[in-house]
Amino acid sequence: MSAVLSVGARAQDTTFVRGITLVGNYDPLHDKVGIVVLPITGAYGDSVRAIIQRDFDYSDRFTVIPIEDADPSALRGQTTGTGVNYPLFTRLNASAVVQITPVGNGLHVALHDVAKARVVNVGDFALPAAGFSRDWRMAVHRTSDEIERWVTGQRGIAATRIAYMRGQSIRIVDSDGAQEITVPTEENGGSPAWNPSGTMLVYTTYGVSSSNVGSHVVLIDLSTGRSRTLVPPGRNTLYLTPIFSPDGNSVIYSREGENGSDLFSVSINGGGPPHQLTAGRGTVNTNPTMSPDGRRIAFVSGRLGRPELYIMDSDGTNVNVLTDYDFSEKNYRSDPDWSPDGRLVAYQERLNDRFQIRTIPVRGGTPKQLTSEGENEQPSWAPDARHLVLTSTRSGVRQLWVLDTESSRFRQLTKSAGSRLSSWSPRIAQP
Amino acid sequence: MTRTRRIAGLTMAVLSVVAADACHKAPAPQPAPVQPPAPGPNADSIRRAQDEAARRAAEEAARRRAADSAAAAARNAAAAGSVRETLTAAVHFDYDQSDLRADDRAILDAKIPILQANPTVKIRVAGHTDERGSDEYNLALGQRRAATVKRYLVDHGIADARIETISYGEERPIAQGSDESAYAQNRRAEFEITAGAQTLKAP
Repeated sequence: MSAVLSVGARAQDTTFVRGITLVGNYDPLHDKVGIVVLPITGAYGDSVRAIIQRDFDYSDRFTVIPIEDADPSALRGQTTGTGVNYPLFTRLNASAVVQITPVGNGLHVALHDVAKARVVNVGDFALPAAGFSRDWRMAVHRTSDEIERWVTGQRGIAATRIAYMRGQSIRIVDSDGAQEITVPTEENGGSPAWNPSGTMLVYTTYGVSSSNVGSHVVLIDLSTGRSRTLVPPGRNTLYLTPIFSPDGNSVIYSREGENGSDLFSVSINGGGPPHQLTAGRGTVNTNPTMSPDGRRIAFVSGRLGRPELYIMDSDGTNVNVLTDYDFSEKNYRSDPDWSPDGRLVAYQERLNDRFQIRTIPVRGGTPKQLTSEGENEQPSWAPDARHLVLTSTRSGVRQLWVLDTESSRFRQLTKSAGSRLSSWSPRIAQP
Repeated sequence: MTRTRRIAGLTMAVLSVVAADACHKAPAPQPAPVQPPAPGPNADSIRRAQDEAARRAAEEAARRRAADSAAAAARNAAAAGSVRETLTAAVHFDYDQSDLRADDRAILDAKIPILQANPTVKIRVAGHTDERGSDEYNLALGQRRAATVKRYLVDHGIADARIETISYGEERPIAQGSDESAYAQNRRAEFEITAGAQTLKAP
């Protein structure tokens, strides 16, 4: 038992969540909450504990304190009732202790505040009967996220998935790298993006219009696996980079036709023909990303030569350059993604002949460079507006990595070379 | 032109034969009758020598015609090859650009008479980019390059329906390597003949 929190107390977090105050050494910028997950009895108990501990670790808000070497009797309360050994956990620098008990078809969770020496929150979480199914794992991740909310005031991002491309197929993997599946898309599907409830993907297909499989925009319902064409093929037309609007009612995409490459918007509920948003006049306009309030769109345009980020109202008016901080350099900037809190746009910029990830405040300000090792591209924000998934060659080949933009910690998400074009889902609701 | 010349030559030979038959004043060695007279009781050695000379001359003419025709076929094949080469010659682009350079326009100008002389020919223009740049932006840029090429050909009178466009972005480089020489070769539009390739003829 040699676990120690490396960083001492900086601020006392007194976040109130449903009337609960957990006094801890939590500083969202620098410190992490020391947390212990007690051993869990019953079938799959060890797996539940391993998943939750990993979720806490990957949240970058906790330091998971290992107690594997501890005598189980030492963990129990030394006095009365069902309490835990608060003096011991105080010495271990744990602020929170999670006690999970299997009950019926789910888990009963009690959160101990070590400083207060008492339980400060309890909750019951249903689990699907089929252990280790995708839904079962997602239910465990939702448990982690709720515990994180109890402690920090902010829900975690464990119950999310990442859609991406590998070769010519679209794949989905859980936020912890488990449960990778191939989506049953139409042939040559690409550029996947989530709907706001995480139940659908929109993607485009690549194809030649003279064959029967010309490029088109497709919606797939992930619960049924059924695809339907949203925008049909056009002659000599390539569709790229579709996204959902934040209200989920429309899809914005790029249409590369004979007369130009422009952004279009179309209702997914049959609300009329697509309407054109940009007037590129033969230049490339692609990669839309929408502000969380749905009022503005950032996108890439080559209208002044090199690809640059622009911002406009969602009806296509009031177009301005977003990345104009050193516009005279005419750097190559592309692949924008608007943060879910609305403050930042993450994008890639060529620096010393390689792409690196930067963020720029939407309301103006200096961009921040987040990467420098290898080539880093195609950022996509997690729902917490703190983590990014990106394509990086830091291991030698293109893989997906998750970056905590606050601590700069990287972790490798995929283990299959050539993974790219990722899109981080919203929180996956209970099916 | 080659074919016209050959047909004229044949016509001349036939006319000569007709003239020789009609008028017996012609000297023996030339022109040669193609049909030797039927052997008869009053055939003599001079007549036989004349017949033999005529037969040899006819053989020689036939041999020469065959040789001429083989040479012409070879010339035609070579011409068709050069036509194909001209029609499928790639054009190249500057970095991040999709507009046509002067040398691109010269290459495209050479294709226009070929397309006009071969109205059944259809082509596919494929836009490519170098490996730098965003995956998705490069697909868009490749499509712009193909569309620019098509627009130029259509503006010069080639029917819209005969030209298909496609983009491969950075996925299909022809030059490996990460230097400007490779990049410059890879920033291109390629041409594929999708119909009428078998009967391709020079304009």
